[in-house]
Amino acid sequence: MTPPPGITLAGEAHIAGAPLFAPLRLELRAGEWTTLLGASGVGKTTLLRLIAGLETGVSFAGKITTSDGRSLEGRMAYMGQSDLLAPWLDVLGNVTLGARLRGEKPDPGRARDLIARVGLAEHAGKRPHTLSGGQRQRAALARTLMEDRPVVLLDEPFSALDARMRAEMQELAGELLAGRTILLVTHEPGEAARLSHRAFLMSRIGLEEMPLPQTPPVRAVEASETMAAQAHLFRRLRSAA
Amino acid sequence: MRRIVLPLARAGLIITFAVALWQAIVWLTGAPHFILPGPERVARALWASRVSIAENAVITFTQIILGLFLGAALGVSTAIQLVVSPISRMLLRPVLVFAQAVPIFALAPILTLWLGYGMGSKIVMVVLIIYFPVASAFFDGLMRTPQGYLDLARVMGAGTTRQLLRLRIPHAMPSLASGLRLAAVYAPFGAVIGEWVGASKGLGYLMLLANGRAQTDLMFASLFVLATFTVLIYLIVDRAGAALSRRFAEPAG
Repeated sequence: MTPPPGITLAGEAHIAGAPLFAPLRLELRAGEWTTLLGASGVGKTTLLRLIAGLETGVSFAGKITTSDGRSLEGRMAYMGQSDLLAPWLDVLGNVTLGARLRGEKPDPGRARDLIARVGLAEHAGKRPHTLSGGQRQRAALARTLMEDRPVVLLDEPFSALDARMRAEMQELAGELLAGRTILLVTHEPGEAARLSHRAFLMSRIGLEEMPLPQTPPVRAVEASETMAAQAHLFRRLRSAA
Repeated sequence: MRRIVLPLARAGLIITFAVALWQAIVWLTGAPHFILPGPERVARALWASRVSIAENAVITFTQIILGLFLGAALGVSTAIQLVVSPISRMLLRPVLVFAQAVPIFALAPILTLWLGYGMGSKIVMVVLIIYFPVASAFFDGLMRTPQGYLDLARVMGAGTTRQLLRLRIPHAMPSLASGLRLAAVYAPFGAVIGEWVGASKGLGYLMLLANGRAQTDLMFASLFVLATFTVLIYLIVDRAGAALSRRFAEPAG
């Protein structure tokens, strides 16, 4: 993996002539988790998709720059709310999908290693519909890790899981994705409080940085400073709407 | 074991009931045998003309099967062509819809005029009839790849061709299966209508001939063979389609 770049997005977006978000500036520090917290429909996902270079349906006036001046193309991995596992491929096939989509030779040894690291070693030959929701999301995480990209964009990746699974996945992702430049979009204050180096609340008026504990992520769910930060984020999220 | 025995027992029951009903109608109405022959009479005609029926059936079945393969291949390649090229989508789709508005049956006399009384005109009939359902079902499936998969492929750096081969086509397999099921039902119509319009061989020709000579029992016997074959081919395609869907999609429920 190449050293992770810092990313800055500055600009404003309009949707069918109406402003979606006012001029704002989002900075992702190199090698850190940055969380974008906000209510549904404020444009969090749009920001993520703009960075990913995906279709957004909005007109964006602004710039996305990197700290090393190089393009982000080919340096990002993406994980969404749905696991997006191909139903016709087994776990191993799904984890190596990226290589085959690029016409490269997949590395099954490394894939098996990553599948074992997310705890699916004995499920490598199974198709997704035979797995639980949590296992599927683990497979998606292994696929993301397999890409070995310095920038990882996470769009509410754990929101479909139950509370216990979500906590486990947060810890696993925090551990395995450490050292990359990460943008996490979420509407879950607890997730932001546990995982972020920096967290921003997004609302109609723009971005506002939220206070977080001094301890490094991943923070324990039940630690008092995590709970205090979560409570504060939750209060601000409710009043921001 | 139960999975085979139960449907067979059910089919046997339905057939027995249908034959009994048929015989009852023949007895109750006292219809002459050249209007409605009884089951026993049809069975005897089937046995007596078995050679002639078999010879003609082989012709019709060959037409149906060849037409199915050619039509499906043509439909599949059209669908892929439409997905790959926006220009052909713009130019070809209205033509396809218009072509579908022309009743294919009405083309049978023209096809016979152009291609003669042989198997060619019937195979083309079958191809034309199944082409649109296959092409349109597969095309819809190819265009319905969920956006999430395409986003993922894009971030992963997939080229258009690989995205088509690795994501769109596997994803559209269940849609192709439903197109092929329709094709299996339509195909025999094409062959028989082609034979009615002009042929010197085939089950459709035999039925027309028998009808003209008031050999209604022979006509029913030919119809029985044709219907059996149609059901058989549907079952085969249906099973293949179900296997295809199981392989490529998540089983429902």
